[in-house]
Amino acid sequence: MEHILEVKSVSKSYANHKALNEVSLSIPKGVIFGLLGPNGAGKTSLIRIINQITAPDSGEILLNGKKLAPGHENVIGYLPEERGLYKKMKVGEQALYLSMLKGMSKKEALEALKYWFTKFEIIDWWDKKVEELSKGMAQKIQFIVTVLHKPDLLILDEPFSGFDPINTNLIKQEILKLKEEGTTIIFSTHNMGSVEEICDEIALINKSEKILDGKVREIKEQYKPNVFEVRFKGNMIGFTNALWTGFELLDHHTDEFDTTVAKIRILKDHKPNELLQAILPHVEVTGLQEILPSMNEIFIQTVNQEKEVVS
Amino acid sequence: MSKIGLIIGREYTTRVKKKSFILMTLLGPLLLAGVMALVIWIGLSENTEQRILVIDETRGAFSTLEDGDNFSFMFIPGLEIEAAKEGFKDSEYTSILHIPGNILSSNRPLLYFKEQPGNIMKRSIEKRVERIVEDEKLKLYGINKADYKKVKTNFDLTLIKYTESGKEEEVMGEKAAIGFAFGIAIYMFIFLYGVQVMRGVIEEKSSRIVEVIISSVKPFELMMGKIIGIALVSITQFTLWIVLSFTFITVSQQMLFQDKIENISAQQMQTTTALADADVAKDIQVKATDITNPAHFINRVNWPLMLGLFLFYFMGGYLLYSSLFAAVGAAADSETDTQQFMLPITLPLILAYFLSFTIIENPGSPAAFWGSIIPFTSPIIMMVRIAMGIEEAQYWELALSMALLVIGFIFTTWLAAKIYRTGILMYGKKVNYKEIWKWIRYHD
Repeated sequence: MEHILEVKSVSKSYANHKALNEVSLSIPKGVIFGLLGPNGAGKTSLIRIINQITAPDSGEILLNGKKLAPGHENVIGYLPEERGLYKKMKVGEQALYLSMLKGMSKKEALEALKYWFTKFEIIDWWDKKVEELSKGMAQKIQFIVTVLHKPDLLILDEPFSGFDPINTNLIKQEILKLKEEGTTIIFSTHNMGSVEEICDEIALINKSEKILDGKVREIKEQYKPNVFEVRFKGNMIGFTNALWTGFELLDHHTDEFDTTVAKIRILKDHKPNELLQAILPHVEVTGLQEILPSMNEIFIQTVNQEKEVVS
Repeated sequence: MSKIGLIIGREYTTRVKKKSFILMTLLGPLLLAGVMALVIWIGLSENTEQRILVIDETRGAFSTLEDGDNFSFMFIPGLEIEAAKEGFKDSEYTSILHIPGNILSSNRPLLYFKEQPGNIMKRSIEKRVERIVEDEKLKLYGINKADYKKVKTNFDLTLIKYTESGKEEEVMGEKAAIGFAFGIAIYMFIFLYGVQVMRGVIEEKSSRIVEVIISSVKPFELMMGKIIGIALVSITQFTLWIVLSFTFITVSQQMLFQDKIENISAQQMQTTTALADADVAKDIQVKATDITNPAHFINRVNWPLMLGLFLFYFMGGYLLYSSLFAAVGAAADSETDTQQFMLPITLPLILAYFLSFTIIENPGSPAAFWGSIIPFTSPIIMMVRIAMGIEEAQYWELALSMALLVIGFIFTTWLAAKIYRTGILMYGKKVNYKEIWKWIRYHD
């Protein structure tokens, strides 16, 4: 698969703090890539290196197969975690300025701005000063100027922090559209739940090191604990008796409709069908569902595994 | 357009379009012209008509004292000075002119006043008394008045500095004053515009737009764009100030002083007794032009050299300091944080300001030499030295000073850029000198 971005053993240190340690990543074209990890893990350091705001101490980064160089900033759109606008400047003037800084001509920028401002129904903000806008309005402008120059690579650092739910949803929709149009998107966030449903691939970063990466589906597959949730009506004792050694009852409770919800781990070499066959004669099954781990759980599990390995 | 051009353009246009810029540009020269006009006007005008009681203890020689524009002389023959002073408080007289009997030998008439007469009136009275005293003395010694006029001499001592190169140069107080004025202007403008650079950096940092921008341009380009943009603002403001100042001054001069000057020349032709007034009038005229009309100096000061060097030293000094101001802005989160870092920047500037006083007194001192060589003080001190006259043998000092200033601002810009590019991305962190030292040592 063709990669838009390749990070090759990148390290970066500040005075007495290692921000990135031999981090390598490959991001294929046209995916939504989640860069996940707790605060201070090194995500922003990596993003700043990709944006050529800082340079790595060692390692290299290839964008579209070429080493990062001046000019590449024009094909990247970056919405930093710490973002803002000139408060005293007019909205339109400012959007035009920022897009021209990204290498657009005035004519192109004006056309693109007109398109987006019309789309978001904010054309009458053009001559307003930013300080007159609400926070949510300013966020829309920030998003527009980030994507206006049709970047190949869009980097969003904690994009939803401070966004209200309506804007969050709007931005999510726009991001999915951009993906369809071929844009590659990097999402960086510590809030893993917020993006796992839209990410195709992820990398987990903890304490300046990459600890896990790959396709979301494959990772979940790999980390799934083989636990199933069974819903049934009937005798709990009969149900328990029906389970033979291949199955382990982890937890159960009965809800207000007299339905019992049991969590069963299916041990190695056994299939969910065998479970069904075992219990069907004893209880009335109303549902069977596999429980997949959340990214957060995978993260915690991986971090703990690492700790064990170290100790 | 290149990206740094875009930044310069934004920095320039947003500032020039600001109301405060337009107001400052218009009000600056108006205030200057206004203050000057006020000073002159106060000096020229007398508030009220003065009625002067003359106690003439000579034998009536002063009864010929002529009234002036806004003062008149009254005589009460036989009145003693003590009696006059006693009744003075309740009298209609505004002052008493006491001419003692021995005026010809003492030359000391006295004026007691309720309301202090202005300088112009004082000199008018002096001239009138002086003329009568002179006439009396001429009579006393039997000298023909026409002969006296021929021998009467007025001269000033002109100081000429004989330089090593054999060139003769006039030493002028005004020259030092001009140099000082240029030095002060540089001092003020470095502060004025340097602080604007700092505020601009803080604005970008606190509004959090800075990271968006440096993902499009290099931090160095953003910093230089700002510095150059504001430099262009300063040049615009200077040019407008100079043009407007000349306009305002010319206009105000004509409105305020036209009457007076015409008046005086009319008087001059009218009467013989107005001779004294005419003298005074000439003085006034010269005085007025002294302050309001730089044409007075033009022959003596090398203006193209001064203005050229002013531009060079202002720009050099501005570039040197503004990059440091930018670094301070980058290290701070808000303007109140900047205090601790301002001292090392303001100290050399203030030192240069105070040094320039002593250099006017003693332009050959080692302080003058070193002050005009070291880039942190040279923009102010070299201007004072140049204004006072620099010899050919010292041209190397000027060359060295200029070269060091260029090297100096390249150095401070390089240093500031290192602090700047790290500082602008540090939010909410209390920064100290140790921290800044770390930033300087970062490689990229």
